Amino acid sequence: MSIQAEHLTYIYNKGMAYETAALSDVSFTIQTGEFTGIIGHTGSGKSTLIQQLNGILKPDSGRILIDGVDITAKDVKLSEIRKQVGLVFQYPEYQLFEETVSLDVAFGPLNLGLEKEEAQKRVREAMELVGLSYERLKDRSPFELSGGQKRRAAIAGVIAMKPKVLILDEPTAGLDPKAHDDIIRMLEEIHRHEKNNIILVSHNMSDVAEAADRIIVMDRGRIAAMGTPQEVYQNGKLIEAIGLELPDTMQLALQLEKRGIHLHGPMMTMDQAVSRIETLLKGNE
Amino acid sequence: MLRDITLGQYYPAESFIHRLDPRMKIIATLIFIAALFVMVNFFSFILTIGYLAACIWISKVPVRFMLKGMKMIVFIILLTFVINLFMTKGHVLAQIGFLTVTEEGLRTAVFMALRLFMLILGSSLLTLTTKPISLTDGIEALLNPFKRVGVPAHELAMMMSIALRFIPTLLEETDKIMKAQMARGADFESGNLIRRAKGLIPILVPLFISAIRRAEELAMAMESRCYRGGENRTRLHQLRYTWRDGLAMGITLLMLGALILQRILVS
Repeated sequence: MSIQAEHLTYIYNKGMAYETAALSDVSFTIQTGEFTGIIGHTGSGKSTLIQQLNGILKPDSGRILIDGVDITAKDVKLSEIRKQVGLVFQYPEYQLFEETVSLDVAFGPLNLGLEKEEAQKRVREAMELVGLSYERLKDRSPFELSGGQKRRAAIAGVIAMKPKVLILDEPTAGLDPKAHDDIIRMLEEIHRHEKNNIILVSHNMSDVAEAADRIIVMDRGRIAAMGTPQEVYQNGKLIEAIGLELPDTMQLALQLEKRGIHLHGPMMTMDQAVSRIETLLKGNE
Repeated sequence: MLRDITLGQYYPAESFIHRLDPRMKIIATLIFIAALFVMVNFFSFILTIGYLAACIWISKVPVRFMLKGMKMIVFIILLTFVINLFMTKGHVLAQIGFLTVTEEGLRTAVFMALRLFMLILGSSLLTLTTKPISLTDGIEALLNPFKRVGVPAHELAMMMSIALRFIPTLLEETDKIMKAQMARGADFESGNLIRRAKGLIPILVPLFISAIRRAEELAMAMESRCYRGGENRTRLHQLRYTWRDGLAMGITLLMLGALILQRILVS
C-alpha cells in the first residue's frame, strides 16, 4: 500500500502552559512494498508519527492518505484502518495477557472477525514466521517464555492480522546482540514472505542501514533528511549534528576520507566495507 | 481521556494556601468535612460555600482546572441526587407515574448533592495545593503521637507517598496498553456490559503484571540503598508553623464555631 503524509502537525497539551509541538509540517510518501526506516532520537516525534498512521492519534492538522483513502477524515472506520496497518509498540511483550501463546496470538485475528480455524491457521503461520515453534510453544503460557521469545510472540500477534503495512517501534530495544540480530533478520524474512510495507522505527543506524530501502530522519518534530540509506548517510555531518550515531562502517569511511583515502562506492554494511577495503588494499600493492 | 483525572494531582502556584503547613491544611480539611455534616440550613450552607470559595480564590488554582477533574464524580453525585429525590417519604410535591417527589426528598437531595460536591472540591483543594511529599510528611507528623499505641506512622506515610507517586505512572501504563490492544483490534467502546467487562481483561492482566514487577523492582532498589524506615531518620525539610497557619486555623475554627452555635440555636 502507498502511504502519503501531508503537512502533519501534532501538539501535546494544547492550550496549556507546557504546550509542545511533537510534529510540525511533516510530509512524505511511501511506495507500495517499501521497507522504510525512521530514525531519530528520543523526543524527535517518531512514536507520535507512527501512532497517527493507524489512527490511534489524530493529527491537529494535515492528512494521511493510505492507498488514496484519507484516514484522518471524520467518517472513516478506524477498525478498517487497523486491519491494514499493524502497529507493534515499544516493548510489545508487556501487552501479552492470554493463558497460552496461541490464544494470545489469535487475539488480533479473532478481533478481525475471522473463524476459529482460519485464525488458528494464521497463528501457526505467524509463529513459524517469527521463529517460534508452533507445536512446542502453542500451549505454553506466554509468561513462561524468555524475553526474546515474548517479544517474538507479541510481534506474531500483530503479523497474524496480516497487515499490509507493518510498523514496528524500536523492536530490538533491550535485547541482547543475538536476539537483536535475529529480530532484524526476521523482519527481512517477513518482508520477503508477506510482500508488505514495513516501517521500522529505530535509533540504531546500522539496523536501518541494512534493512531499509528508504530512510526518514526525524529531528525535533521535523524531517531532517529523507532518501535511500546511501543518500542519507552521504550527509554524515548532518546526522552527527542531529546527535545520531552513524553505523560503524560509515564512521570508518568518514575517518578514512578525513585522512585523504578516497573510497569508491558506498560503505553502508559490513559486506560492503569488507569489499571496499579489499579493493583499497589490492590497489596499494 | 485518562489524562483528565485531576483528583490527587498537584497544581504548582505561589499562594497563601500553598505556603501553609501541610499539618495545618490536613486538620483544616478535616474540620471543613466535619462542618459539612454540621450544616443544616440555608445560612450554614452560605457560610461553608463562602469559606470554600474564598479558599479556592486565594489558592490561585483555576476553577476550570478543578472542575475538569470532577467529571467522573458528577455521575455519582447525580445518582445520589436522584435516589434521594424519589426515595424520601414526606409531604408530596409532585407525582410523575409511580415516582413521587416530596418536599423532604427535594431538600435532602439538594443538600446531599451539595455536600458531596463540596466534600470532593474541598479535599481535592488539599492535594492540589500540597506537594505529595509534604502531604505525607504532614500525615506522618500528625500520626506520630499514635506511635505509642502501635500505629506504624512512618510506614503508613511511606506507603501513601509510594501510592501517590505511582498514580501517574500507572495511568501512563494503562494508556500505553490500551493503545497496544486497540492496535490489535480490541474494542472498548461498543457492546453490552458483559462484553465491555470482558474487553477489560487484555488491559488489566498486563497492568497488574507490570504493577507487581514495578513494586518488586522498587523494593529491591530501596533495599539496595539500605532503606530502613522509622527511628533516627532525619529530614531535609523540617515542618514549621508560621503566623499564616495560626491565621488560617483561626478562621477555620471560627467557621466551625459559628456553624455549631447556629445549629444549637436552631434546635
